[in-house]
Amino acid sequence: MRLAVVAGMWILLALAPFWMPFLGGYTALGTRVLVLALAAMSVNFLLGFTGVLSFGHAAWFGLGAYGCGLSLKFLAFSTPLGLLMGTLLGGVAGALLGALMVHRRGVYFAMVTIAFGQVFYYIAFQWSSLTGGDDGLRGFARQPIELGFLRFDILHDDRAFYYFVLICFAIIVSIMGFILRSPFGHTLIAIRENERRARFLGIPIERHIWIAFTLSCFFMAFAGSLYALVNNFADPRGLHYSLSGDFVIMAVMGGMRSFWGPLLGAVLFEVLQDYISSVTVNWMSFIGMLVVVVVLFFPRGILGLVRQPRAA
Amino acid sequence: MSEQPVLHVDNVSKRFGSLVAVRDVSLTVGKGELRAVIGPNGAGKTTFFNLISGFFPPSAGKIIFDDRDVTRLSAQQRVKLGMGRTFQITEIFPELSVFENVRVATEVANGYGLRPWLSKTESADLRRRIDEVIAMTGLSARADRLVGELAHGDQRAAEIAMALALRPHLLLLDEPTAGMGDQETYEITQLIRKLHKDSNLTIVLIEHDMRVVFHLADRITVLDQGKLLAQGTPQEIAANEAVQAAYLGKAA
Repeated sequence: MRLAVVAGMWILLALAPFWMPFLGGYTALGTRVLVLALAAMSVNFLLGFTGVLSFGHAAWFGLGAYGCGLSLKFLAFSTPLGLLMGTLLGGVAGALLGALMVHRRGVYFAMVTIAFGQVFYYIAFQWSSLTGGDDGLRGFARQPIELGFLRFDILHDDRAFYYFVLICFAIIVSIMGFILRSPFGHTLIAIRENERRARFLGIPIERHIWIAFTLSCFFMAFAGSLYALVNNFADPRGLHYSLSGDFVIMAVMGGMRSFWGPLLGAVLFEVLQDYISSVTVNWMSFIGMLVVVVVLFFPRGILGLVRQPRAA
Repeated sequence: MSEQPVLHVDNVSKRFGSLVAVRDVSLTVGKGELRAVIGPNGAGKTTFFNLISGFFPPSAGKIIFDDRDVTRLSAQQRVKLGMGRTFQITEIFPELSVFENVRVATEVANGYGLRPWLSKTESADLRRRIDEVIAMTGLSARADRLVGELAHGDQRAAEIAMALALRPHLLLLDEPTAGMGDQETYEITQLIRKLHKDSNLTIVLIEHDMRVVFHLADRITVLDQGKLLAQGTPQEIAANEAVQAAYLGKAA
């Protein structure tokens, strides 16, 4: 049953460029949704499966975007290199700063993550000679992928780019799922469920949270790198804590205890934003109302409803 | 019961500000012994337990476990050396099944805590060990149930199963029958007795229920107002006048 649902989801994603136009969607929207869903799932890797709320994860997302953009602009016209550089920049920064943060818990942790996130926001904002400041980083574009015998023109062909992003999404999401099913993943869920019990099983809590945080930052930075490719652009808003909040909203709305919840949350968030913002500039207040409804009536998110209720 | 001590607590004290919760308490537990720590409310039993398990360090004194000074070691380090504990308020992973609860404990005990995958033999061995521990605590029929949905007594058994998965040399049980009815108390008492006899496990437990204490314990340590009041076999304790005055007289 569960397998059939997941298979159906992949088929829907794989065929998206063909059915979306009938519902008023377009391929580029699908691509954007996938990238943001990947980011929301990265946030949820930490929030839903380790029980740690980061409110500054946009920092690693934005660093990924800048890393990718700068690499394409100054290093080489290579999409894979851009993705690698972006992922490394955000991931390594996350790993280093994470080591300072993991000794805090709950609200204090959330505050520290916001604070560090805003530091990067202001650096990107001020350092205009490198980052373009408030205008954002321009002057780069994703490059076609050359596999020798095959050439994906992801720059000009929207569908090719969608499938490129879908493959990236599938790879990262598989890695996440694999980790969560491993003995290490089991310790993360144990920490989420009951930190004191986990400590008295002999799990070194801080070290495990740090590893989970670091992994999550790498996933996040990869999503950010893809985001730079989507827009051929990176700007300080990609680092801002309000974007971190959007990712948390996607995860909570879709269902943070379920693996695919944030994907559903991201679809809803982006599609609603796309439709409502064509009617009113106050689209966020509609999303806000939806979040309030979800949190009040389905605290486990939308996918939390579908799955059988677990222990009280 | 041999006299080679597993646990030796030497004159420990614990102060919280001006409150002295535990004052100069000593205790020696031999291999295979089942020791009960009793005392009226506020006697410092739980604090004493937290000192042994490393929840916080003592203000003075020493704790020797398996011939090693563990006074300054963290709770995690003591767990690694073979101290397993349960809590007065059951500490489990409520949204996981019994199997999943015991699995994570077993994985950590086997040193797989950071492993991204296991080999076929490793996971077969792991599986066998998990089933064995679940069977030892009588939960085989409920292995796939969520622990949070089980009856209180079974949650306790699941918590003990997790502690057992760590292959402890010393099992610390903090009020194992707290909040239980007669039937559940009987069952958990039988379980502890079986573990003690079958596996020759060394156990220290805090307990309120005197029937349980006198039924199970090889020796009893009585605390009162943070101090050691008496120590001895159940018969000696039952006959001790100071204990009767401080505790049994009031409670029973």
